[in-house]
Amino acid sequence: MNESKDLTIAKQPFEFCSRLNLTLLTGRKAQDLAEMAENLRSVPGSVIYHHTHHFLVQHQHLSPEPPNDFAYWVSNILLDARLGEELASIDVMRFSTIHELREALVRVIETSLERSGEVRAAPRGQEFHFMRSVSFVMPTGVRAADLREFRNALMFVSLSAISYHMFDARLRLETGDNDFAAWAEGQLGEKALAESLRTLDPYTFTEEGLRRRMINLVEQRLGN
Amino acid sequence: MGAKLSEYIPIVGEGVVQELSVLGARLAGKKVVNINSTRSGGGVAEILQRLIPLLGEVGIDAQWEVVEGTQDFFALTKHLHNALHGTPHTFTAEDQGVFDMTTASNLERLNLNGDIMFIHDPQPAGLVRNRAAIGGKWIWRCHIDLSAPAPGAWEFIEPMVRQFDLSVFSAPQFTRALPIPQILISPSIDPLADKNRELSRTEIDAILTKLGIRSDKPIVTQISRFDRLKDPLGVLEAWQLARRRVDCQLVLAGGGASDDPEGAEVLREVRERAGTDIDVHILDLPPTSHIEVNAIQSASAVVIQKSLKEGFGLTVSEALWKSKPVIAGAAGGIPLQITHKYSGILTHTIEGTAFWIKQLLSEPEFARQLGRNGHNHVRSNFLLTRHMRDYMLAFLLLDHPNVDVIRL
Repeated sequence: MNESKDLTIAKQPFEFCSRLNLTLLTGRKAQDLAEMAENLRSVPGSVIYHHTHHFLVQHQHLSPEPPNDFAYWVSNILLDARLGEELASIDVMRFSTIHELREALVRVIETSLERSGEVRAAPRGQEFHFMRSVSFVMPTGVRAADLREFRNALMFVSLSAISYHMFDARLRLETGDNDFAAWAEGQLGEKALAESLRTLDPYTFTEEGLRRRMINLVEQRLGN
Repeated sequence: MGAKLSEYIPIVGEGVVQELSVLGARLAGKKVVNINSTRSGGGVAEILQRLIPLLGEVGIDAQWEVVEGTQDFFALTKHLHNALHGTPHTFTAEDQGVFDMTTASNLERLNLNGDIMFIHDPQPAGLVRNRAAIGGKWIWRCHIDLSAPAPGAWEFIEPMVRQFDLSVFSAPQFTRALPIPQILISPSIDPLADKNRELSRTEIDAILTKLGIRSDKPIVTQISRFDRLKDPLGVLEAWQLARRRVDCQLVLAGGGASDDPEGAEVLREVRERAGTDIDVHILDLPPTSHIEVNAIQSASAVVIQKSLKEGFGLTVSEALWKSKPVIAGAAGGIPLQITHKYSGILTHTIEGTAFWIKQLLSEPEFARQLGRNGHNHVRSNFLLTRHMRDYMLAFLLLDHPNVDVIRL
């Protein structure tokens, strides 16, 4: 496709929203892996979401690693390098619900507990504190009706807008797809581009890196 | 005085400031009454002085009231503060009487008419007893570590705390089980305040000369009160160990020695232990020395915060904001600010601190990298604009309890 050619106009323009998170404390904590597994089974889904996603927001410059708080705590506080690596390498993209992600986390920890048989405790004051996120979603007023407007918008919308449509829509709101891919396919008929956006693993990028990668994909399609 | 919101755009970006305006529009016209116990001095007053005009700029009617009390009342609340931190104290029926009487006189005197009553720390917390008559939603902002109080201290404030709609804490480890929701909101530094604004080389040099600090050797600094929990003697010893291998000077600067007998004792010990070494600069600074602190931090090659126990430890954010490599004790809120070997160094011993002083002075490129990462981390998480955003989100949360995703 050449950028100067006519572009498909979406019936429903893409409306960019941004998302701000507030962190709530649950008062629960874990001192060792057994307590970690026990809590993981029973905490609300918003707790699992918080600890697998807030690092991406709070450490925008640190990503791609460590990807989640559980892996960070196990590696750096419990000093269990193997389990830390296993938790860090859980492929969040494989799961379409928080429930499945929760199961995977518990399974990895329980397997490790069976394997080692020892329960290593965190030093006093360095326990794992379970927290949850409350998300506030706001329209940004930025809209895109075709691919060119979409590319232009991607260049300046806030990182929280990109991460909202990429992470929250799929896993937290359980739409099963990220908003960008769903719109490109459903509204513009851009199947191939949608597939590229869908297979992109956003957890392996910094947010700024993710923005650049998406712009590249759209520009390739525009023929730039 | 406080800066305008637009002045933060070059620092945090237009998007962040725009978000603040959008949130403000959702809260437009709401009257938020902040109540604390002092209009100047201390971190809470410092933040309110700057935050209240900014909240006003985005359309919130932000007010600030201050509780007044007798000497007995403030002596009691000082005991309460220390007891909540773990220092034993017996609270008597007479103490309760002093607290209740002061609360009653403030309930009569203060203008407590608002949509949101935002109460800071324990001194004004008793006002909540009249919430039914006053109306509005009530938030309790706790800056204290409540995890291990002395017996009786928590029992003293718990009946008040449970009457609030929300509570706000600075670090996850400061909390305890409460019957009301708890929000995590870290404190912040203001990048435009004298303590943190960018100083010119000429300003820095003039201040260092005034303070008698030379620029012929790298400077290692700890800024903090002369308090055993900040371990100034440990810092001195770590520096002495490091200096055997790498030539450098040490600055230990802070206040707290003039109005605190223990502080004076610690200062005397530090001076005695340092002897006549011309490379050690021990400065007892008045609390208004913001530009001096800024200049010392800005001129330092390495900044230390070797706290054994810590509140949030905002001096760490101040140093990281100046892109300095920081070596700090993993206490209180410090691990929220430093990721070990990425945005600073976390240590547990004097020897470990000495080792990292040597490493960072010998490997300036690695030290610069830590400073850069630390600066970016502070920009995203510990500036006044993020603090303001979180407060506004907390105000909005009051209308949406028990929901995970709120569409505005």
